[in-house]
Amino acid sequence: MSLPPAEFDYLRRLVRRHAAIVIDPAKAYLAENRLAPLAKEHGCASLQEFLRLLQGRSFGAVHREAVAAMANHETWFFRDSAPFAALAEHVVPRLRRARGCGHSLSLWSAACSTGQEPYSIAMALRENCGAAADTFSILATDLCEAALKRAAAGIYRQMEVNRGLPAALLTRYFTRRGLYWQVKPEIAAMVSFRPLNLAAPWPEIPRVDVLFLRNVLIYFAAETRRQLLAQVRRVLRPDGFLFLGTAETPRDLDDAFKPVEAGHYLCYQPNQ
Amino acid sequence: MHALVVDDSASMRAILKRTLNEGGFAVTTASNGSDALTVMAQLPPELVLIDWNMPGMNGFELLREIRRQSRYEAVKLIMVTTETNKAEMSHALAAGANEYIMKPFTPDVVYDKLRLAGLPVPQAEAVECV
Repeated sequence: MSLPPAEFDYLRRLVRRHAAIVIDPAKAYLAENRLAPLAKEHGCASLQEFLRLLQGRSFGAVHREAVAAMANHETWFFRDSAPFAALAEHVVPRLRRARGCGHSLSLWSAACSTGQEPYSIAMALRENCGAAADTFSILATDLCEAALKRAAAGIYRQMEVNRGLPAALLTRYFTRRGLYWQVKPEIAAMVSFRPLNLAAPWPEIPRVDVLFLRNVLIYFAAETRRQLLAQVRRVLRPDGFLFLGTAETPRDLDDAFKPVEAGHYLCYQPNQ
Repeated sequence: MHALVVDDSASMRAILKRTLNEGGFAVTTASNGSDALTVMAQLPPELVLIDWNMPGMNGFELLREIRRQSRYEAVKLIMVTTETNKAEMSHALAAGANEYIMKPFTPDVVYDKLRLAGLPVPQAEAVECV
């Protein structure tokens, strides 16, 4: 049974207000797919009943869960592959030369979902920098606390490790746990997870050398994207690197970033 | 480019053939290791997908035999198997497999593994807007 327009409009407004995510009005099926488990969890016989429940209450934990559930959590290990090679083979060596090899580096995977991106970053750094990777720290944040909990556990199904992850890295950095695969401690130790809503004012975050903000801007309206990039400028070190999704660019939004080639890959740095 | 699919299951051969065809490969199939070697000698492929558990010569033995022959040095070999034990995976990689796909899998898994093995595959970046 399709969702009535009034309920779907309420949901679209809720998600826009609290996460600045724009939901296509033609995509009510996403609400049905993504909220059905939550509706069931809250004892609702239908999605419509669940949305009426939300409308009947003032904003609270259940609304936050619904907003987080509507975000696109799709991710996989080494998604698009090129950014990780660019990071490990060009960006990090460049930063280490600039800072001195003993200097620690800080990276941030914003909108990390269930953790595949920050763990991919960690594995790429371990492969290329060896023991020096012990001095690198990766902050991984997301709007959705359920996704973060999964990420912190570092436990993945076979289907999840089958895609994108080189078999050699699977054997090197994961332990088989029955039907599941768990990230080994030397990778897990490099990543710390915390909740963060990119569309809200950011808490105090130490400046970072590298920021992965991939496949996030596309979900926001133009003004939100500008605000987000302004916050990125405050957090990213002057010679730091910003990685966006392959379909994304800060051009036409913020002229404070310049494109920079890292091998065959294009990332961005603040304009000096 | 040309691929050879080696699997004793007719349905698996059909699935992989379709997936590879859609990825731009011409595909030949074989149902056992011995036939695979015969096919390779007649029409050397750029890629071989190998099931592990087959009667007669199993996939690991086929892998080792292919890697023993220098004329096939450039051929990419990918295991496609229900063997999901880390030890088997490590042995296959050490014996010269370029990649390893655990069954079951989706077409995206196959395409990603082809890219990891250094083969050209059309990149289908579908960006879904909420």
